[in-house]
Amino acid sequence: MKRSLALAMLLVMSLAPSARAANEADYKAAYAAAEAASKEAAGMRNQWTVTVSALAAAKKAADGGDFDRAVAAAREAEVLAKASIFQATSEKEAWKAMEIR
Amino acid sequence: MKQRATVLLGSAFVALAALAFAATRVIAADKVDPVADAKAFQNFFFQKFPNVKHEDFVNGPYSMNEDMKRQWQEKEEFPPYEFALDAGKEMFSTPFKNGKTYADCFPNGGIGIRQNYPYFDEKEGKVVTLELALNRCREANGEAPYSYVKDEMASLTAYMAYTSRGKPMDIKIPDDPRALAAYENGKRYFYTRRGQMNFSCASCHVQSPGERIRAETLAPALGILNAMPIYRSEWSGMGTTSRRFVTCNSQTRAVPLEPQSDEYRDVEYFLSYVANGLPISGPGARP
Ligand code: HEC
Repeated sequence: MKRSLALAMLLVMSLAPSARAANEADYKAAYAAAEAASKEAAGMRNQWTVTVSALAAAKKAADGGDFDRAVAAAREAEVLAKASIFQATSEKEAWKAMEIR
Repeated sequence: MKQRATVLLGSAFVALAALAFAATRVIAADKVDPVADAKAFQNFFFQKFPNVKHEDFVNGPYSMNEDMKRQWQEKEEFPPYEFALDAGKEMFSTPFKNGKTYADCFPNGGIGIRQNYPYFDEKEGKVVTLELALNRCREANGEAPYSYVKDEMASLTAYMAYTSRGKPMDIKIPDDPRALAAYENGKRYFYTRRGQMNFSCASCHVQSPGERIRAETLAPALGILNAMPIYRSEWSGMGTTSRRFVTCNSQTRAVPLEPQSDEYRDVEYFLSYVANGLPISGPGARP
């Protein structure tokens, strides 16, 4: 659990804009990572709508040749997907705290 | 800029969830006891809203607010679901191409039985909702199934609810470990947080009934399915139980499940079971 938190922080930091402009390869790598995470979330039956829209935005930007924007959106999608995976994992037990007893 | 904000939100959520997780570790897993659950569930609402008559909980947001209740009672003189009701009655009595009707698929010819749905089918080993049973009836008679979120299904279930008005919800959990597991899965689904907003069904319908969210007053979870299907002005039409679940999931920025997925069937089973004893009031009309 602590590890996921650190992971989320790292991801946030990795979103800091880099000095050089992104290219297609950067986009493909970022998109593949985001897609893998979002598939995992969907497999846990916990996809977020915002992950789906960020992935779509990434694709659209890349199609228009704007790889800076495409990479940013793909990374955003990855962070969101990872947060949803974390949510689904912790809720496996945490839901019991909400139960009316 | 917008991206930063989203990401911050994402990580704030993760931190919060971590806290919540740590806090719940202490609760021991104990065995599933639906009878005790239902009692506790009903008592929670009866105590939280001591002025609401027990049988009024089935009227959703109207049970929470006197002004709204008055508006609703005026509306009931010319109910907006009347059109669906007439259509449903007509559909119900019109034979399929093979000459059979819906009445042939249901106990008591489908009249006055809404309170027994969903039920646990021991042959299939799963929960069967009324919407599902209706489509299975169609398919068994060579007809194409209806969409679970559109008007035809809403009309059929509206008619079946109407013939059952006032009958107390009467959901059984047979002595079958799979039935108990389905019930427990429904309960888990109901209390599980999901979506970017990190809300469970209970966040809105247990913790905040009577409160307003955007222009709407939240219905209490107790008896929340007794009025289904419902007419909503916002939809300018009728909505099935499936449609409502999908809409509620989307509101928390969770991707909805497929209508009649196992989770939706099970959560319907759970919510109906804990409403046992409260009258069927469907079809309903909402502002
Ligand atoms: C973000 C808050 C929110 C969450 C979370 C939520 N709902 Fe709702 N729900 C609403 C609102 C708003 C309405 C419409 C007003 C009303 O009737 O409560 C509604 C209405 C309903 C109704 C119809 C009630 C009636 O009498 O009109 C049902 C049934 C329902 N929700 C079930 C669920 C289930 C099951 C879940 C979990 C999967 C859920 N809701 C999660 C906000 C929420």
